[in-house]
Amino acid sequence: MSHASTYKPQTAIERWLDKRLPIVRFSDDFMNFPTPKNLNYWWTFGAILVVCLVIQIITGVVLAMHYTPHKDLAFDSIEHIMRDVNYGWLMRYVHANGAAMFFLAVYIHMFRGLYYGSYKEPRELNWILGVVIFLLMMATAFMGYVLPWGQMSFWAATVITNFFTAFPIIGEPIKTLLLGGPAVDNATLNRFFSLHYLLPFAIFGVVVLHIWAFHTSGNNNPTGVDVKDVKKDTVPFHPYYTVKDGFAIAVFMLLFAAFVFFNPNGMGHPDNYIPANPLVTPAHIVPEWYFLPFYAILRAITFDIGPVSSKLCGVLAMFGSIAVLFVLPWLDTSKVRSMRYRPVAQLWFVLFVVACLALGFFGGKPAEGWYVLGSQIATAYYFAFFLIILPLLGLFEKAKPQPKSIADSVLKKAPASSVGAIAQPAE
Amino acid sequence: MRRSFLINAAAAAALAIIPAAAIAAGGGALEYKHQHWHFKGPFGTYDREAMQRGFQVYKTVCASCHGVEQLAFRNLGDKGGPFYLEECPAGVPETTNCKVPAENPVVKAIAAEYTVKDGPDDLGDMFDRPAAPSDKLPRPFANEQQARAANGGAYPPNLALIMKARHHGPDYVYSLLTGYQEAPETVTLGPGQHYNPYFAGDMSQLLKPEYRDAEGHPLPDVKVPPGGVLAMVAPLSDGVIDYADPAIPETVDQYARDVVEFLTWASEPKMEERKSLGVVTIGYLLILTIVLFFSYRAIWAKIDH
Amino acid sequence: MSASDDTHQGEPTRRDFIHLFAGATAAVGAAGVAVPLVHQMNPDASVLALSTKDVDLSALEVGQAIKVFWQGKPVFIRRRTAEEIAQSEETPIGALKDKQARNANIAGKADAEDDNRVINPQYIVVVGVCTHLGCVPLGTAQGEVRGDFGGWFCPCHGSHYDNSGRIRKGPAPENLAVPPYQFTSDTAIRIG
Repeated sequence: MSHASTYKPQTAIERWLDKRLPIVRFSDDFMNFPTPKNLNYWWTFGAILVVCLVIQIITGVVLAMHYTPHKDLAFDSIEHIMRDVNYGWLMRYVHANGAAMFFLAVYIHMFRGLYYGSYKEPRELNWILGVVIFLLMMATAFMGYVLPWGQMSFWAATVITNFFTAFPIIGEPIKTLLLGGPAVDNATLNRFFSLHYLLPFAIFGVVVLHIWAFHTSGNNNPTGVDVKDVKKDTVPFHPYYTVKDGFAIAVFMLLFAAFVFFNPNGMGHPDNYIPANPLVTPAHIVPEWYFLPFYAILRAITFDIGPVSSKLCGVLAMFGSIAVLFVLPWLDTSKVRSMRYRPVAQLWFVLFVVACLALGFFGGKPAEGWYVLGSQIATAYYFAFFLIILPLLGLFEKAKPQPKSIADSVLKKAPASSVGAIAQPAE
Repeated sequence: MRRSFLINAAAAAALAIIPAAAIAAGGGALEYKHQHWHFKGPFGTYDREAMQRGFQVYKTVCASCHGVEQLAFRNLGDKGGPFYLEECPAGVPETTNCKVPAENPVVKAIAAEYTVKDGPDDLGDMFDRPAAPSDKLPRPFANEQQARAANGGAYPPNLALIMKARHHGPDYVYSLLTGYQEAPETVTLGPGQHYNPYFAGDMSQLLKPEYRDAEGHPLPDVKVPPGGVLAMVAPLSDGVIDYADPAIPETVDQYARDVVEFLTWASEPKMEERKSLGVVTIGYLLILTIVLFFSYRAIWAKIDH
Repeated sequence: MSASDDTHQGEPTRRDFIHLFAGATAAVGAAGVAVPLVHQMNPDASVLALSTKDVDLSALEVGQAIKVFWQGKPVFIRRRTAEEIAQSEETPIGALKDKQARNANIAGKADAEDDNRVINPQYIVVVGVCTHLGCVPLGTAQGEVRGDFGGWFCPCHGSHYDNSGRIRKGPAPENLAVPPYQFTSDTAIRIG
């Protein structure tokens, strides 16, 4: 904790405990953490994500009590959960839709960090830990998707593990190692189940580091200006942000519940209600929507680059699209954190969001006609944004003046913070 | 800038729904006949009598080739199922609790009509016995190989999940069952092939030679018929099943509707429970949201932010 | 924790009704969520449906016993000899450790006399789970130890049961339970 502890043990028991295991002090400091008073609703997604993780772990543990990770039994055990287990259908639909809601929230959270410069000094590590969480989430979601052992499960496992065969020499052995055989089979299902159970706890651990990190550097805020005066610029986390986060969580849960109860298969694919068949590939295989942008990048590279095959280029581009996030803190040269004061960067940012959505759209379309060209343009922009635009913008753009402090920005609706005022209509 | 985020969030939510809808009805099949189903919408429920008739259609016609692999007899008497009994009919012993599927006399009678294999017995032999409510409905074929051998190489799919395993399942199955037609003049069907404009396929390969160029592609002015061919002959015809209720027409259209009702329930038996719990949950969350909003306003009332 | 001792000016009092109401509403939700999370551990519909078991007793000779599987538990069925029946019937209630019949076919309480433990005295049907800590007693198969009272003997902690399945010696507190069953013919029963 960066702030001085304000906890004073009141009772003899608390004093006794405080000397041995200062857990009450820790919780008290945590809840009193001085938090910038100007955080907007985009900042509530952190708490929403914690809720998502907890929901996934709880429903996942429940599902594991009834699921059978064997290729002959897995599909029927899912149907057993759906039909026989008390509230099994609820657990499964919450878990399956929960994965999608988790990704929806994490994407908003990442765009928020991108827009307000939350990855910049001194929060580089915080951002990197976030990217690690994102990677772990992708691995977990992928392996979880394989467990129902439907057609999409099977072919997703086949296609994704085949990514590795793009690498010369080491590719095939890596694939065989991952699958535990020449093709996706029972061994694959078993290890995916084991890892799918394990990784969420790894995510939980990294989330603890992620929170620890910003409790050391302090929260960023929409102005990007550092806290100057704790008294004037911040409020204690509780009750101010517990109630605000609570409200946002409730709204998020409304959307979540709408899917779970009224369109539980809307985000799924019908083919996954057909048991896995190694002899027949479904006509249209597409990943879940939250992987579509990366799938589009993979397919966008339809040409060889020099001696490198298009297959390898596609895989490299896809991995690269996430790898580039790791070095983002050092690619952006602007000293101004928040794009609120970077009007030119705002435009490029909007384009970036559009490119990401476009990639998602193209990823769900067959790789033909103008979809290919569209995904190539979007892919090119995706990388250009990180590798060209952000480095150069910081050198050439002229930023608007930033407010002197957070308190300043919320008290005086000065021209400098007018954008901020617009961004806060609900408050 | 807030706006771009809003757009993003909305679009991401929309994207979540698009893939399922956008890819539907592929393969050059006709647009399905969209019907109004009793079970559609947030308050939709199953029509119990239609389900019962649908089970009759399934039992009389479909069951000779198609299994309902995940369905047990007891499911028929589950709450929300076609033969669920709130109260016992007259003549049933008082100790019977007809709400319990395994004790439901209708379900027991249906199960008793079937024979299932059990065992091994004390001598190590398998034996036949009448089915009990706890048994799954017997499959028409012992395994996939046998099913294919009996159906000209085609594998009749499991119907217990068919509505969820196809895009727009109910409309698709209804369209398919009611959509059989004479094959167009421009094509030649092979033996055991039946034309249906709602079945995904590629009819260009079946065009008669005079409508194709040297490479086998359709000539420029030839219209390739929609749909495809399947191994299943039109399974329904008017009057093949006798309904107990004289008010219900015995037509292909009615049979198709009823069997769709039954199979939709078979695919998603907990739908009614899900929707009613959903209404309660959404109602609760709305209250919670409003209360938290006012709590939030009260707490932040005196803070400039 | 912090709000009550907070020094921030303008801090609303926590007694404000709306905050209590918000907290209470959230608590109701948490309780509601707990219901499915706990209930999912109860026996599922497929388990509940497997409630009956038909057993053919025509091949069971006098003096023999068999073990059948019902609801995941063994059920002992012994066709008793005339002496065994007489012995069980003559045992005084005072000699029993557990004086209750423990018979699912009898509503309410009944004494543990042999009559209250059987439907047809020829056959004793009991759940083969020792009432001490759940082991399966010996004595059903040929040649197994049948204990000091000729019925069943639990090897785990030395409980002796008689030919009516009643506990006579050892740590078990109760007689072996009689499951719900009925005779569907002279030589066939349905358990459950």
